[in-house]
Amino acid sequence: MAIMMTVNGEAHTLDVEPEMPLLWAIRETLGLTGTKFGCGISACGACTVHLDGRAVRSCTLPVSAANGKNVTTIEGLAPNGALHRVQQAWIKHQVPQCGYCQPGVIMAVAGLLAQIPNPTDSEIDAGVTNICRCGTFARMRAAIHEAAGASEVTHD
Amino acid sequence: MTDVASAKKANRTGLRKWSRRAFIGAGTVAGGGFLLGVAGFTFAPGRHSLVGADAAAKGQLTTWITITPDNIVNILIPHCEMGQGTPTALAMMAAEELEADWSFVRVQEAPSLDAYANGYIVRAAGGNYVPAVLGRGVDYGAYRLAEWFGFQVTGGSTAVRSTGEYGMRVAGAAAKEMLVAAAAKQWNVSVSECAATGSRVTHAASGRTASFGELARAAAALPVPTSPALKQPDRFTIRRASTPRLDIPSKVDGTAKYAIDFSSPGMLYAALAIAPVNGGKLLSVDTAPADAMPGVRKVVTLDEAVAVVADSFWRARRALAALKPVFSDAGHGGVSTASIFDAFDKAIGAAPEVPKDAAKVVTAEYRAPFLAHATMSPMVCTAKVEGDHAEVWTGVQDPLNARSVAAKAIGIPVANVRLTNFLLGGGFGRGLPFNFDYVDLGARIAKAMSPAPVKTIWTRENDIQHDYYRGAAMSRHAGALDANGNPLAIHSKYTGGGNGEAVFMPYAIGATSAKEKKAAHPIRLGQWRSVLNSQHGFFKESFVDEMAHSAGKDPFEFRRALLGGQPRFKAALEKAAAMANWGTPLEPGQGRGIAICESFGTIVAEVAHVAVSPEGRLKVVAVYAAVDCGDVVNEDTAKAQIEGGIIFALSAALLSEIHIKEGRVVETNFRDYPMIHIADAPTVTTAFLRSDAPLGGLGEPGVPPLAPALVNAIHAATGIRVRELPIRNTSLKKA
Repeated sequence: MAIMMTVNGEAHTLDVEPEMPLLWAIRETLGLTGTKFGCGISACGACTVHLDGRAVRSCTLPVSAANGKNVTTIEGLAPNGALHRVQQAWIKHQVPQCGYCQPGVIMAVAGLLAQIPNPTDSEIDAGVTNICRCGTFARMRAAIHEAAGASEVTHD
Repeated sequence: MTDVASAKKANRTGLRKWSRRAFIGAGTVAGGGFLLGVAGFTFAPGRHSLVGADAAAKGQLTTWITITPDNIVNILIPHCEMGQGTPTALAMMAAEELEADWSFVRVQEAPSLDAYANGYIVRAAGGNYVPAVLGRGVDYGAYRLAEWFGFQVTGGSTAVRSTGEYGMRVAGAAAKEMLVAAAAKQWNVSVSECAATGSRVTHAASGRTASFGELARAAAALPVPTSPALKQPDRFTIRRASTPRLDIPSKVDGTAKYAIDFSSPGMLYAALAIAPVNGGKLLSVDTAPADAMPGVRKVVTLDEAVAVVADSFWRARRALAALKPVFSDAGHGGVSTASIFDAFDKAIGAAPEVPKDAAKVVTAEYRAPFLAHATMSPMVCTAKVEGDHAEVWTGVQDPLNARSVAAKAIGIPVANVRLTNFLLGGGFGRGLPFNFDYVDLGARIAKAMSPAPVKTIWTRENDIQHDYYRGAAMSRHAGALDANGNPLAIHSKYTGGGNGEAVFMPYAIGATSAKEKKAAHPIRLGQWRSVLNSQHGFFKESFVDEMAHSAGKDPFEFRRALLGGQPRFKAALEKAAAMANWGTPLEPGQGRGIAICESFGTIVAEVAHVAVSPEGRLKVVAVYAAVDCGDVVNEDTAKAQIEGGIIFALSAALLSEIHIKEGRVVETNFRDYPMIHIADAPTVTTAFLRSDAPLGGLGEPGVPPLAPALVNAIHAATGIRVRELPIRNTSLKKA
């Protein structure tokens, strides 16, 4: 079955099994490797992408669910080499350590801010459930507030 | 020459002095030429020929520093990047001495060639450190790494304090002197009239100035200085600013490359089932169900595993799921968590004896579970075998040793293997030497598919079930107090491994001892962030707290009174207490706990502040850390390491436990081996007590004090003493 989807603004027709997880279609078929494989059971969020603007975990979502839809990956979060405000805040607060989970976290946060422009701490707690083994959570929180323009929170 | 004795001998023969012999020792161990990382161009051809006769043409000044005519300083880093920010910190140390303009500095990881074996550098540190280690039992990391001589290893929290202090700084200083000498020669003036700053050399009297790039070629032809002068800390500039990490931009836009991101034309993918019991063998497998499935190229059977190789990872994994391999249990089918702890219990026996005339005797038993590393990136190894040559693409904490593992797995000479190391999606010890099963398996699978490149991706289930685990451990402590509540003795007996550093207590207590009792089990063990300090920190600092409570004393004051002879420990303890407002009132159900540990040359005191609801729900509100690692190179990155260590330790202390049943690991993925999330993360406040002590490590020392600080805080909040990790096994509900 041919899957037709738009990825980062570009239309693609993929000749893959419909039950293949979207993650592997993005990574192996399209060669966009910024989206990561972490657990394969939607537990860690390293594979988070946007489907029609909403954050989804792509490691368990069949590619058929993206048929006819818009997919945005970390590579396409900000067009033309620019940085999304979440990415800018991530640099300012020096959030990443190993960095492996961060594309997924950034996509989750960008998705959250699209829904809730100025989230409270409890909305962040509920909305960002990614795993980061390096333990960058406090810096993430500061960077989320920064990106939301809510306050001058620092990671100190 | 791989042992500590030889390191000590090297020390006696004067390698600590930057003698000419030390610089240009032609790559021999005795001469130690490579120790300083600046020997470069006079190396004899052969083993250490990386920087050869064409060094001048390339403008290559030292082994690790290249300056090109466009004035870019390129610094090769002989360590991997797994999240700790080492490349930036090491480059800062070289650039500081070089007097480089930081904006012109670039870094890259050194290729996996013998010339970059940083074990030599660790030995340089070893020459200084090892006798002290043996004397006091502290800083085991450097000692252990000294044994791994010749490895390009990143572990033991050693990169900055070994490679940085003994390699990068000297390399930078030597390069600067050569640039200044080249300028002076060109202008026919005295070297002493010229000065370097901001990647330029200037002759103040005449106003002449030249960039490093302009001088590089001439400088490279000059002799290497025998003893370059290092800057005094009060003249540091680059090291006094928190410098943004050079790798972070690539880690927010998806361009950072990890082993899983490598791709090669015609590449195939492998999914793997490994014998569930360590040491077990593949007895049988009917490959037919997988053979018939779309995309499958081959089912590869190995001694201890079966792999399906297909044209996509998902297809490989789907086909693997159709197989029903039968594995042996290596005779360990009766092993369980309970059987292991039963053996621990028997090995330890009765609690240690304490003086009979004590006014009060305190005893306690502690247990720590097996733990997995669970790096965010599962293990990945791509390999391509063609005849007697191979290429390997992976992510390891020691590429040189991994290359040897691949060569052995394929059965070809190590010189025929080219290995490219990628960023690690977390390390924590999983990627250390002796833990390279993923390279071994990946290489063997690729050999079976030669000449196609094959990427073997471990699933999270593979990763959780086939780790080199942090060992389970148990300890029985006994302590004695006099009538005034002063400690007379603390003795312990433990299983699960230990060493002088892990059991070290800084307190002035009349009599202390820690005796290891052996209780063998077949579970595969490895180093896990902070190694044995993670269990022993919990044991010893929990017990000191129990002693304080028995004595009716404040746990902070109790410790403080015993640290008169240890000013660095005392200062760190006091700082952490002050940061946490120790002693000020808290709401009911809240409490503070304190703990202090030294590991890898760094002293860390932590205070945890917790709130426990009447239903027993625990919230870790805040953690405060006071850190004495000597000087600090890149403060913000250093803080990040302490913050990360605390969260890593917190996740383990609250939630993590690997169970063994019928010889195999029960847990499979993040659902049954859960991690904390942003909602559970406390605020972490870190302060550095800058001292003139030798540089200590930072990757690991944040971990050991966390678990004891946490259980001590829970006790303060609830009166419930948690003696077994993870904490979730103990009900915190008010009785």
